[in-house]
Amino acid sequence: MFPDLTVLEQQLFNALSLGSVYALFALGFTLVFGVLGVVNLSHGAVFMVGAYAALQAVTKLHLPLAGALAVAFLASGLLGLLIDVLVLRPLRARNAPHLIPMIATIGLAIALNSLAQGIFGAENLRFPAEVLPQETLHVAGLHVTVLELGIIALSFGLMAVLLVVLRGTQLGRALRAIAESPKAAALLGINVGGLFMLTSFFAAGLGGVAGVLIGLYSNALFPLMGQPILHKGIAVIILGGMGDIRGAMLAGLFLGFAEVLSVAYIGSTMRDAVAFGLLFAVLLLRPKGLFGTVNERKV
Amino acid sequence: MSLLQLQSVSRHFGGLKVLQDVSFDVPAGGIFGLIGPNGAGKTTVVNLVTGLLPPTSGDIRFNGESVVGRKPHQITARGIARTFQNIRVFKEMTLLENVIVGMHGRLGYGPVGWLLRLPSFGAAERAARERARELLSWMKLDHKADDIADKLSYGEQRKLELARALATEPRLLLLDEPVAGMNSVEKTELMAEIRNIRARGYTVFMIEHDMRFVMGLCDHIAVLNFGRIIAQGGPDEVRKDPQVIEAYLGRDDDEVAA
Amino acid sequence: MMESFDSFWAVYSNLVLTLGTNSLLALSIYLTLSCGMLAMANAAFMGIGAYAASLLTMNAGAPFPVALAGGMAAPAVVALLMGGPTLRLSGVYLAMATLAFGEVVRIFVLNTESWTGGALGLNGIPPNTQWWHVALALALACAVLALMRRSKVGRAFEAIKLDDTAAGLMGIDVNAHKMLAFVMGAMLAGLAGALNAHLTFFIGPNEYGFDRGVEILTMTILGGINGLMGPISGAVILTLLPELLRSLADFRNVVNGLILVLIVLFLPRGLWDPARVRALLGRGRG
Repeated sequence: MFPDLTVLEQQLFNALSLGSVYALFALGFTLVFGVLGVVNLSHGAVFMVGAYAALQAVTKLHLPLAGALAVAFLASGLLGLLIDVLVLRPLRARNAPHLIPMIATIGLAIALNSLAQGIFGAENLRFPAEVLPQETLHVAGLHVTVLELGIIALSFGLMAVLLVVLRGTQLGRALRAIAESPKAAALLGINVGGLFMLTSFFAAGLGGVAGVLIGLYSNALFPLMGQPILHKGIAVIILGGMGDIRGAMLAGLFLGFAEVLSVAYIGSTMRDAVAFGLLFAVLLLRPKGLFGTVNERKV
Repeated sequence: MSLLQLQSVSRHFGGLKVLQDVSFDVPAGGIFGLIGPNGAGKTTVVNLVTGLLPPTSGDIRFNGESVVGRKPHQITARGIARTFQNIRVFKEMTLLENVIVGMHGRLGYGPVGWLLRLPSFGAAERAARERARELLSWMKLDHKADDIADKLSYGEQRKLELARALATEPRLLLLDEPVAGMNSVEKTELMAEIRNIRARGYTVFMIEHDMRFVMGLCDHIAVLNFGRIIAQGGPDEVRKDPQVIEAYLGRDDDEVAA
Repeated sequence: MMESFDSFWAVYSNLVLTLGTNSLLALSIYLTLSCGMLAMANAAFMGIGAYAASLLTMNAGAPFPVALAGGMAAPAVVALLMGGPTLRLSGVYLAMATLAFGEVVRIFVLNTESWTGGALGLNGIPPNTQWWHVALALALACAVLALMRRSKVGRAFEAIKLDDTAAGLMGIDVNAHKMLAFVMGAMLAGLAGALNAHLTFFIGPNEYGFDRGVEILTMTILGGINGLMGPISGAVILTLLPELLRSLADFRNVVNGLILVLIVLFLPRGLWDPARVRALLGRGRG
């Protein structure tokens, strides 16, 4: 019969927090694709680095959670910046066909994941319990953990900031111009190279924060934690229409809901299949994604 | 006899009406020109004829049969070949290889032939190479047959495209802005070349906006403006048509001088 | 002398045979790449071939050649079915979609336990693969691919890779050729999977996912796609490298990953680049 409504509502918060982190991850991924034109498959590794950096900040530097999040943002951001300067920029200078940078980022992901494994070992690590907010609130008759609320608030907050910047500022206009055509943007006097670096930094930073949030949500950190998220991120951005920011966010939320609800009502084994099953169905029926129009980038 | 007929062809992109009710006939054995200012929709006509886009409405008939809904390679098999406005030779192949690709549809062997290297395979490949060299020497490019296409000059790449298009053994040769970017010496050469092609029995359909070139070469002309045909006929008729003059005077003056 | 060969073989036979199957895998991606498609589904096709062949051997008692044939036919059928909508995509979208497909297969296997053994995999596959099976398969694959390259089909692939619109207008049926490359690639990958399964006694769903796909791609890119020797040399190097780097343990993959990045940055055409070899030997193109 119909499931208990309160169970459904509980699951809703679950779904919302998972979905908002997926959306945050997908945002960084889409940002790089939209502005730099690169499918950056090291985004999963960067995500993982953020989580581990936060863990180190908490255990070694004894920072509170907020500080750890900032550390994660900076660490991942810097890594993203390095990747752009050392690897992506030389490839741009060479006018390499777009699959080549993608392959390079695959190599980086492998190297980073293995490095983490070599340094930290393959076992699951956890954030120490003291750091996690333990309280539960009662909102409208539901039990909601502060942790979940925090995840939702932070994710949506960051996404809102990003949207405001993209739509309402000079910087955002410049980024959208570059996404349309880097050469035209350069001719307009936009500092394309500098903005590429900024985008790489910020997108990676967002990925790192997402990593911390997932690490808190699932209470597990392991070297390959970025991979399943990366695969889902790929599904999300295709579902949302590649390069489409709003599409990425909506699709990320949608996936979070689909996953949690399918676990609740079908069973957890098919959970991962949801993302890819959806992806396949969408690709067959609407190759342009659910929301976006796939625009070929003009050179 | 009409080799190619467009009958009330329209093409819309969303709300944008790129072509409206376009009709004209291309007679066999002649040189036909479709002219019009930039943005009039000429390239769209070529894309429709070669099957890259479907018309929103109307019919396109080649050799008496409709080609609407056919895929590009099927249309090429029926006898329409094309060159491109922004040259699209296969840059990493040699000239010879470029031309031989054009013969793809005419090489009559199948997987058994190339797997077992049957005599029919060897004969077909040899014949293809000879024919390719013939075409290249017609275009005066045979001394560079084994060079990589990327290394050719702009004018030479255009000639290579012509050779490659001719390799498909077309009845109708579609030239998309064939003299774009050429100097007057090259244009005169190309004019002679196209007459040569016509003499060998091919029908030529070109789209251009260089009036002098078109007036000097074409037997029949149609004029496209804002997606509609505003005039059709011989060069003299068209040149004097008031609508044509108005369409062009509103743009570049020197294009009208002829 | 024979004794030392025997002891060498006793220790290294698996490695040598794996060189062979990895070469087949690299050739399978080379095939689709030579037609301009980056299709990352070959690891999944390898898995389908491995499972199909193993189930034929174990459950139906099929003789080895039949199992191998099944290992090639099953992925071919899947490729035919999914090729239509998938190959409409191009470039990055195709790569992503085929990557996703690999995951779908993996999850499918995980959830059909009664049939495929699920997460526990299939155990006890008879070790039917002999060295000459692998050698024969590789030789035949190379022969077919070499013959194809120098025919109208090979030229069509190259034309499609360079400019698929122009290729279509030159009379080439682009969709049919892409499908051909895709299906043939699937068959090669399936064959490699079938041979591999009967070499390692055990197969599991995690062996045919994203990581395997990346490994195969790396081998091909490393070696270069300018000829058949490229993917094969890439396969040889990346199969032997982990053996040589054993002492590095976990950090072994760090080297693997960095090698990939370095190759992309500094040797864009891969190790086996006929043009560079010619230049080194002082012979330019005439």
